[in-house]
Amino acid sequence: MTRRLTRRTLLRGAAGSALAASLPLPAIAKANPIKIGLLTIKTGPLASAGIQMEQGTVLFLKDRDHTLAGRKAELVVGDTGGNPAGAKTKAQELIERDKVDLILGPLAAFELLAISDYVARQKVPLLGLAAAEDMTQRRPNPYFVRASATSAQPMHPLADYAAKDLKYKTAITVSDDFAFGYEQMGGFQRVFEDAGGRVKSKLWPPLVTPDYTPYLAQIADADAVVAGFAGANPLKFMQQYRAAGLTLPLLGGEGMADDSLLRTFGDESVGLISASPYSAEFDSPANRKFVEGMVRDTGNTPGIAAACLYINGMVVDAALNQTDGNTDDREAFIRALRAVSLTDSPRGAFHFDHFGNVVGNIFIRRCERKGDKLVNTIVKTYPDVSQFWTYDEKWFLSQPVYSRDYPAMRS
Amino acid sequence: MKRLALALSLVALATLPLWVGNSYYVNIGSQILLYAIFALGLNVLVGYAGLVSLGHAGLFGIAAYAGALAINHGANHFVAIIAALAATIAAAAVFAVLALRGTGLGFVMITVAIGQIVWGVAYRWISITNGDNGVAITTRPRPFGLSLTDAPNFYWATLIVFLLAVTVIAIFSASPFGASLRGTRDQPRRMTALGYHIWLIRFLAFLFSGLWTGVAGMLFLYYNQFISPQAVALGASAEVLLMVISGGTGTLLGPIVGAALVVIMKNVASAYIERWNFVLGAIFVAIVIFMPEGIVPGLARLARWCLAKLRPQVTEVSGAAAPRPESGL
Repeated sequence: MTRRLTRRTLLRGAAGSALAASLPLPAIAKANPIKIGLLTIKTGPLASAGIQMEQGTVLFLKDRDHTLAGRKAELVVGDTGGNPAGAKTKAQELIERDKVDLILGPLAAFELLAISDYVARQKVPLLGLAAAEDMTQRRPNPYFVRASATSAQPMHPLADYAAKDLKYKTAITVSDDFAFGYEQMGGFQRVFEDAGGRVKSKLWPPLVTPDYTPYLAQIADADAVVAGFAGANPLKFMQQYRAAGLTLPLLGGEGMADDSLLRTFGDESVGLISASPYSAEFDSPANRKFVEGMVRDTGNTPGIAAACLYINGMVVDAALNQTDGNTDDREAFIRALRAVSLTDSPRGAFHFDHFGNVVGNIFIRRCERKGDKLVNTIVKTYPDVSQFWTYDEKWFLSQPVYSRDYPAMRS
Repeated sequence: MKRLALALSLVALATLPLWVGNSYYVNIGSQILLYAIFALGLNVLVGYAGLVSLGHAGLFGIAAYAGALAINHGANHFVAIIAALAATIAAAAVFAVLALRGTGLGFVMITVAIGQIVWGVAYRWISITNGDNGVAITTRPRPFGLSLTDAPNFYWATLIVFLLAVTVIAIFSASPFGASLRGTRDQPRRMTALGYHIWLIRFLAFLFSGLWTGVAGMLFLYYNQFISPQAVALGASAEVLLMVISGGTGTLLGPIVGAALVVIMKNVASAYIERWNFVLGAIFVAIVIFMPEGIVPGLARLARWCLAKLRPQVTEVSGAAAPRPESGL
């Protein structure tokens, strides 16, 4: 990119160098660009969310004119291919070869768990999207910051809403057979049963299955069905659910009705109640600007992956303003990152707990047809939701992490 | 000539961390070497025995999981490595007994099935393997008090294991046993008639292949300090098989070249080319079209052809230039 030298840029340069002369130390830090690494997935089955992550990051940098706290910001993108060994190699590439100051991502829990120890040893702040509970609970990483949510963080309020507002008494859960599914449904079960409801059975179709019929056949005689699918599975599940003639109300987690997927959905998803830390319908100045920018640049409504990466960018920006653009003191930088508290972001106000996990809005949304398109209308907002919900943190951490068999079924 | 090339490449390999500069590339070097050991191990079956296994990632994973679990239960690294290799060889024996009931496609299908069983256990036996969240280990071994934490030291340790693997496999393939193994590949009936116990020869070759696969699995565990079911999946088995086939089956150099090709494409080229999958696929197609025998034998054939063009008198001597049998390298 070439830049024309005008009188104005010349003046700005002169002013800058005068400033630089008067403040020698921080100016040296500011002279070199800040390098932001992004670990994402651009190939394979998780690529659609991975590409959204990149779009959100790119839009954020564009909105800030590629300048954060007076330093130029450079983005280095690494495609992990969606496997742990690839994530490790790409993390090494970003840290050791490209010398990034911080890393955004990765997307999948198994990628995050594979690189967590390494990144902590290298003292590189990691602003992840992956929802693995223990990363901010029983296996915390002091360099980790999560502005999205843990797996169960949106499911706790969803269960509360189902039990108290919708007055459901019984539910059947059905979810992808992997850790994200277990943690989501464990969270739902605990809060739902503590509020007087009962989970009658939990079904676990394999992550890659062409046909949900054997599982749909086991769904009957409950007030609601709670689904926790991710990736491209929600659409497949809901189509087969309606085709099987099932009419029980459907509740879902953050992956079930992602705003970026809605344009591929049809009437089968109308009425779906879902809980998510983000909604494109949320009305705030920052979110309006974000959605507008995404629609303009990519032609699609953004979902949680793009939003959370944009928010991660805002967190980095706010922290850099606190440290005066300095990232060399890693301890001070991570302290500043975790101390960030924003009032206006695409997901509203939020701050971080002492594990680096977000405390913020969780939206309960109903999928509705508005004109010729589907939207997730917000029906209730739970503010300041912590990863521990209303439970005592010590008690919560003394319990095992949510799994396929925990909490145990009540017979 | 050959000795000089060997000496030069040894010097180049041994000094790689000194001239390559950045520790990232040293780490890529370590990955190439550990995958080369994996591919060399698989090549014992695919190349020398003519038995195509699509389940070797299962053995690879058994070694890594056994090592990780031993370490996390307090075993020291020496014990963990021995335990992991013993577990791998035991598993290889079970694999072999089941898979050697068939040859050809039958063998392939049984190895796929067994590999998938291992994957399923790794994925679903959550109380032991932690499911798809995987198992992490916190330390690398310290042989003779030397820390392997930094990239160059780990590279050199991997290089020593790699050279050991190459040497042992070279001796193996040149030995009478190696010759009889190739015999079971080319002329099983004749070998039976000559009194060889074909099943036993194949069984022992499977164990030998499993041993090196286990060694590579342990190196993978120490390199990543993490093991999860993705490393055991069918795709991983297919990838290492591609390394062997693209490099050249039944040669010593082929699997090494194949491993380098795949690792470099996956990790280095993917930083520059967004559609690196496509490029890798195109390279494989090109290999199949132009050098169906693999890169190493293919290049050797091209080199001979060029030499023959340059020195026409050679072809005049013998009217029909009979193709020379492949040498070991």
